[in-house]
Amino acid sequence: MTATPRLEFRNVTKRFTNRRQGTTVVAVEGVSLAIADGEVVSLIGPSGCGKSTLLNMGSGLDPASEGEVFVDGELVTRPNKHVAFMLQKDLLLPWRTIVENVELGQEIQGLSRGERRQRALELLAKCRLTDFVDHYPHQLSGGMRQRAALARTLAVEPTVLLMDEPFSALDAQTKMVLQQDLGRTLAETRKTALFITHDLVEAIALSDRILVMSQRPGRIIEEIAVEIDGRDNPMTRRQHPKVAAYITRLMNLLQIDQAAA
Amino acid sequence: MTLLQPGLRQMTVGSILLFIVFLAAWQWAPGALGIPPFIVPSASEVWQEFLRMLARDRLLYHTGITAMQVGVGFVLGVMLGIVCGFVLGMSPTAEFVLSPYILALQIAPKVAFAPLFIIWFGYTVYPKILVCILIVFFPVMINVLGAVRALDPDIVRLAKSFTANRFQVFWKIEFPAAMPPLFAGLRIASTLAVIGVLVGELVGGNTGLGYLLTFAEGAGETGKVFVTIIMLTLIGIVLYGLVVAVEARVLHYLPARARLNT
Repeated sequence: MTATPRLEFRNVTKRFTNRRQGTTVVAVEGVSLAIADGEVVSLIGPSGCGKSTLLNMGSGLDPASEGEVFVDGELVTRPNKHVAFMLQKDLLLPWRTIVENVELGQEIQGLSRGERRQRALELLAKCRLTDFVDHYPHQLSGGMRQRAALARTLAVEPTVLLMDEPFSALDAQTKMVLQQDLGRTLAETRKTALFITHDLVEAIALSDRILVMSQRPGRIIEEIAVEIDGRDNPMTRRQHPKVAAYITRLMNLLQIDQAAA
Repeated sequence: MTLLQPGLRQMTVGSILLFIVFLAAWQWAPGALGIPPFIVPSASEVWQEFLRMLARDRLLYHTGITAMQVGVGFVLGVMLGIVCGFVLGMSPTAEFVLSPYILALQIAPKVAFAPLFIIWFGYTVYPKILVCILIVFFPVMINVLGAVRALDPDIVRLAKSFTANRFQVFWKIEFPAAMPPLFAGLRIASTLAVIGVLVGELVGGNTGLGYLLTFAEGAGETGKVFVTIIMLTLIGIVLYGLVVAVEARVLHYLPARARLNT
């Protein structure tokens, strides 16, 4: 790979200091990773291993204690227009209609009214929410709200998507539908994504590569390339016979059987 | 549903009937129970007194003075409360440093300041407006402060990740997010505003409904006292109604169950 990675972490460490107690916690330690253009990478690891911390540093919201983060070869020091993030919570603003919520990012970035409305409506159509553009968030189901949040994330046309367990609050069936939407959208728009999840099958179905993290202080202990075709179709991909082998490997790496014993 | 919840028409008929019963009781019960008119005058006597006061005591003028003071005090107190609520909400340092004083001022009975303000400003409109500002200020400030504090920090982070600056975070996130608690505060403040002005008028001066009230008390004219109380209540109802009407426009996005009926 000679091209500049879309997202790159170089030997990143993050420490949190609790001033009152005078203690320091190392959340992540010496993490290096590179995500190429159009690649979807999942980050998997035990709770509290610093996955979300990595994502916050990627979005420029929190600075790294050591090391550097680059987006398109540019050092990240603060939030920038190339990166957009999506969380488990939809964070839709209750006083805005769905289409106004989707426009939030573009509005902040100063796009004209006509331009942002047009793009928002296109994205909402793709997310099958055309009938709900003028509804308020509380009138939508959890799955629909999360689809609107996805549209809002895509509306700023980021090159890199950072997602922190975006579907973990949804029921199993809604989740599969949204995974399918996301898989198709990522493939169609050729977006680069870093995807945090606890769901092993979700990680396998959606990504090109899976990075496994250790307990805190979080380090990357393994990199697994998912060699199954059809990343644009997670619904089929999750049923592939090879999936079981990947699950076994991930379970061993995460020592899930030991935690249960 | 229809069995449990009577229709709007039935409810309206019900409240009108209740009002008629109330008026009838007021008209005839004092006489029937042998209560003299200088203790509780009947409804028709109060109505006669109202007409007399309109003609002889410049009732509308005094009502207007009181209403003006309530309006000015309410608007200024609300503005001050909103500004302080946001400033303290955004700056934990400011809140920490100022909180003992705020707490002390909140606990101090605001009406006790009326004589002080009269010493300072004399028998003018200013002491009344000042007491009103002081009494209106707190529920507004506390609610705005609480709203800024209760805001999900992830929403602010989301806006920041879209490269929002401090002003955009305030204008697009913090300010609209504070609207529902702000209106809850305004409802409380609107009922307190009349009290603030009234106390100022009771303590001193020769204008406003508070002045009419002390005057009527001194003359032992119970009817006048009743009329004045009703006029004060009407001012409060108008102000409260305005707040509710504005709230209905601003908070139209809330689900029906989250909105208050009155």
